[in-house]
Amino acid sequence: MSSAALCDIPVKLERGQREVFCGLTGIVWLHRKMQDAFFLVVGSRTCAHLLQSAAGVMIFSEPRFATAIMQDKDLAGMADANDELDRIVKRLLERRPDIKTLFLVGSCPSEVIKLDLGKAADRLSLHHQGRVRVLSYSGSGIETTFTEGEDTCLEAMARAAPHTDDEQLMIVGTLPDVVEDQLARLLDACGIAEAAKNVSFFPPRRAETLPAIGPNTRFLLVQPFLNATRRALLHRGSTHIPAIFPFGVEGTSGWLHSAGSAFGVDRQRVADGYAAPMARAQKALVHYKDTLHGKSIWFMPDSQLEIPLARFLARECGMKLLEIGVPYLDRQTLSAELPELPENLGIVEGQDVDLQLDRVRAAKPDLVVCGLGLANPLEAEGVSSKWSIELVFSPIHGFEQTGDLAELFARPLQRKQLLAV
Amino acid sequence: MELALWTYEGPPHVGAMRIAMSMRDVHYVIHAPQGDTYADLLFTMIERSKRRPPVSYTTFQARDLGADTAGLVKTTVRDAYERFQPAALMVGESCTAELLQDQPGSLAQSMGIPVPVVPLELPAYSKKENWGASESFYYLVRHVLASQPANDTTADAAPEVSASDAPRRMSANVLGPTSLGFRCRDDVVEIGKLLDLLDVDINLIAPLDATVADLARIPDADFNICLCPEVARTLCKWLTRTFSQPVVSTVPIGVGATLDFVREVQAITGGDATTALDAELSRLPWYSRSVDSTYLTGKRVFIYGDGSHAVSAARIASEELGFKVVGLGSFSREMARDVKAAAEKLGVEALISDDYLDVEAAIEAAQPELVLGTQMERHIAKRLGIPCAVISAPVHVQDFPARYSPQVGFEGANVIFDTWVHPLTMGLEEHLLHMFRDDFEFNDAVAPSHLHGGEGATPAALATDISTDAEAANDGSDDTSSPWTADAEKELKKIPFFVRGKARRNTEAYARDAGHDRITVDTLYEAKAHYAR
Ligand code: SF4
Ligand code: SF4
Repeated sequence: MSSAALCDIPVKLERGQREVFCGLTGIVWLHRKMQDAFFLVVGSRTCAHLLQSAAGVMIFSEPRFATAIMQDKDLAGMADANDELDRIVKRLLERRPDIKTLFLVGSCPSEVIKLDLGKAADRLSLHHQGRVRVLSYSGSGIETTFTEGEDTCLEAMARAAPHTDDEQLMIVGTLPDVVEDQLARLLDACGIAEAAKNVSFFPPRRAETLPAIGPNTRFLLVQPFLNATRRALLHRGSTHIPAIFPFGVEGTSGWLHSAGSAFGVDRQRVADGYAAPMARAQKALVHYKDTLHGKSIWFMPDSQLEIPLARFLARECGMKLLEIGVPYLDRQTLSAELPELPENLGIVEGQDVDLQLDRVRAAKPDLVVCGLGLANPLEAEGVSSKWSIELVFSPIHGFEQTGDLAELFARPLQRKQLLAV
Repeated sequence: MELALWTYEGPPHVGAMRIAMSMRDVHYVIHAPQGDTYADLLFTMIERSKRRPPVSYTTFQARDLGADTAGLVKTTVRDAYERFQPAALMVGESCTAELLQDQPGSLAQSMGIPVPVVPLELPAYSKKENWGASESFYYLVRHVLASQPANDTTADAAPEVSASDAPRRMSANVLGPTSLGFRCRDDVVEIGKLLDLLDVDINLIAPLDATVADLARIPDADFNICLCPEVARTLCKWLTRTFSQPVVSTVPIGVGATLDFVREVQAITGGDATTALDAELSRLPWYSRSVDSTYLTGKRVFIYGDGSHAVSAARIASEELGFKVVGLGSFSREMARDVKAAAEKLGVEALISDDYLDVEAAIEAAQPELVLGTQMERHIAKRLGIPCAVISAPVHVQDFPARYSPQVGFEGANVIFDTWVHPLTMGLEEHLLHMFRDDFEFNDAVAPSHLHGGEGATPAALATDISTDAEAANDGSDDTSSPWTADAEKELKKIPFFVRGKARRNTEAYARDAGHDRITVDTLYEAKAHYAR
């Protein structure tokens, strides 16, 4: 995948203060997706506070996540820390008999003191055998950025998944159930499901029922941040089907065609399969084109969805891309996306938030996509903003959500128009 | 290790951030990984701040660990100073950096930064947010005062007394209000009005909206008002020792506490505050005496919050609204003594815990008719179908109202009367509910009529669900094990939902004690008589 286009995209590296969540944040949507899983962060009060602040007050039932907050004495001796962890897990499992998979989630403090959660997970799995499967992954801020926490979680699941030699197409990345069902229907209608023999989704709705993986598994990604998961699946002998991501009309149809050609389905057959939903998507998009066309947009490095979304907004909505910041860039995962970006566009990898804000102020974009910490201050300076976290929480994939996706960006602009105060 | 679902307080460096954010010209450098920048959103989203917190993070990553994290601290400190030109710089670390032992505070002090550099060591594995705020405020003031030239600063800043023979108005520092503090924004305005009434000038308010130059003038005041003890008690004690400034420590939340506050101030100023004491400056006393409030008598209320707000609320509830306090608790260990004393006076046991599950269990057990708490208790109350009002941080965005809503002083008491009484079913309505329980649109499954749908409707709806569930479970499968006769069960359903659970439990307890194995309609009313309050 060393096409000229790939290497040509100029990428500027920036090192400085990063203003972005750590991977723990992924728990906020992962625990909703897998309802029989519990996420136990082994960390500090800061980690607990981050989770609670990122989750907001949306979750008022007892959440399926918690933090084992380390204290002074846990730092003193590793044996004690492990004993303490065992005690907490025991209490947790007693309280929640419905939990079938427990994720131990590593944090900066647990990693700095080198608390081996992999070992702890093995020990606990053995101890609670038959009752619960214990897996571990890192959500720490020194290792992971925001959505990367989903990547490390799925990576751990991909490693633990059982083996199969059966042929299948696996769709990889967390999707709202309703979107998952839509994509399943599309794969069916386009003849891909039949050609693939079997279609599975990963992560599954119940963590207990991990889909099997093997050399005859071919997989498509639906999220652009699943680099480690992709590698883990390759390691299991599976094959990656490179595709652009299913955002917007082009994204979704392109994604389906990549799947179709991988399984030898006739191109026309695929196109016929999605004709009706595509027409709906195009119709929905029309509502927002006027608002978005010609408006300039700036991406702060955040959710790692920046590149596919920039592609959608530029190509399908006519927005002008000013700067695309990404926390990190994996050219392999994005191999199909990068050539779709307009030429001469700068991508900035990494972050120095103060310098970036200086550039934003100079460029005066119509819209900035950024994290929650920056949104209101930018609005106060007269710059409209779109919180990137909403893009992770809302259904935005596929034809049926194309209009909604455009609306997410149109709304702040329309609102600015609307308000006379 | 401690298992936490929700936390009432953040880590101590978040407390320090609240101090930096409150001040106008202080910057705070935190040695911390990238994820810790989440804390910015507490200010920009929850408090709707228009500016970013004046905080720079080193955001070190795993790859930096083997290398020079100390160098990263220095770069960040230098860049932050040059870009933001603060009048003082606080430098510290979060939990992860504490393990690296880079000593960012002393590193920064050695850099020749020409403004006070305040090193903060806030142990993240044993302490919490309010303690962090208190320590940071204390050290900030001490460093600023220590950096002042030795000459007498009081000379130019002394209150300008006119040549007239009017007695000099005394001046006070109002200490403790912070960013993210519960209603601090409005409390500083209200306290100003109150002090004006008492002929006291405000020398300065800090840390909220203060400058470093303001802090240097702290010794100029005649006395200090410790408005938020969680944040300012440590500092006030030190100021008393060092500058012999007396402290007014009554937190003036509620009419009684406000009058005590007035007396305490008066004892220092020697002023005549009869106008303040005599005039009816709050509507609360009359509203509370007004006959329509009779139904508030003995309402069971559960109170939980930070130390000072919980204690104030307990006094208002019991002395000013005639409620019965059935539970009192706080997450502030630093204020445990005050909370315990208040609880003892009310004959309840104080719950000093920051374990959300403990609080939830205590509320369920106490079966209150009203919960006064933080945003977390709001969720608990909602789940249990109990009305609730928020009285303390931590709070969410809806508890930063657009309108003026102080807690302190006489206007604060008005606000409190309205906020606490509002979620309750009005008195007459309550009677009507008893009388016409079968009216299809006027029944207890419908929210109080003054609360429109949406949120207000939820508790009632939930409560109905809960009680029907419980009832279903009771009449259901193992019918034989239920001691309730069908008639008694039917009678029980005539009791409004918000007391039904209590009636059921009381009756069952009564029956057990009395050795009845069947509960009849008579048992129900015997129990009612037995538990009559
Ligand atoms: S950055 Fe590290 S210490 Fe901070 S919340 Fe994330 S995992 Fe916890
Ligand atoms: S509507 Fe419900 S949650 Fe809101 S204040 Fe009233 S009782 Fe509490």
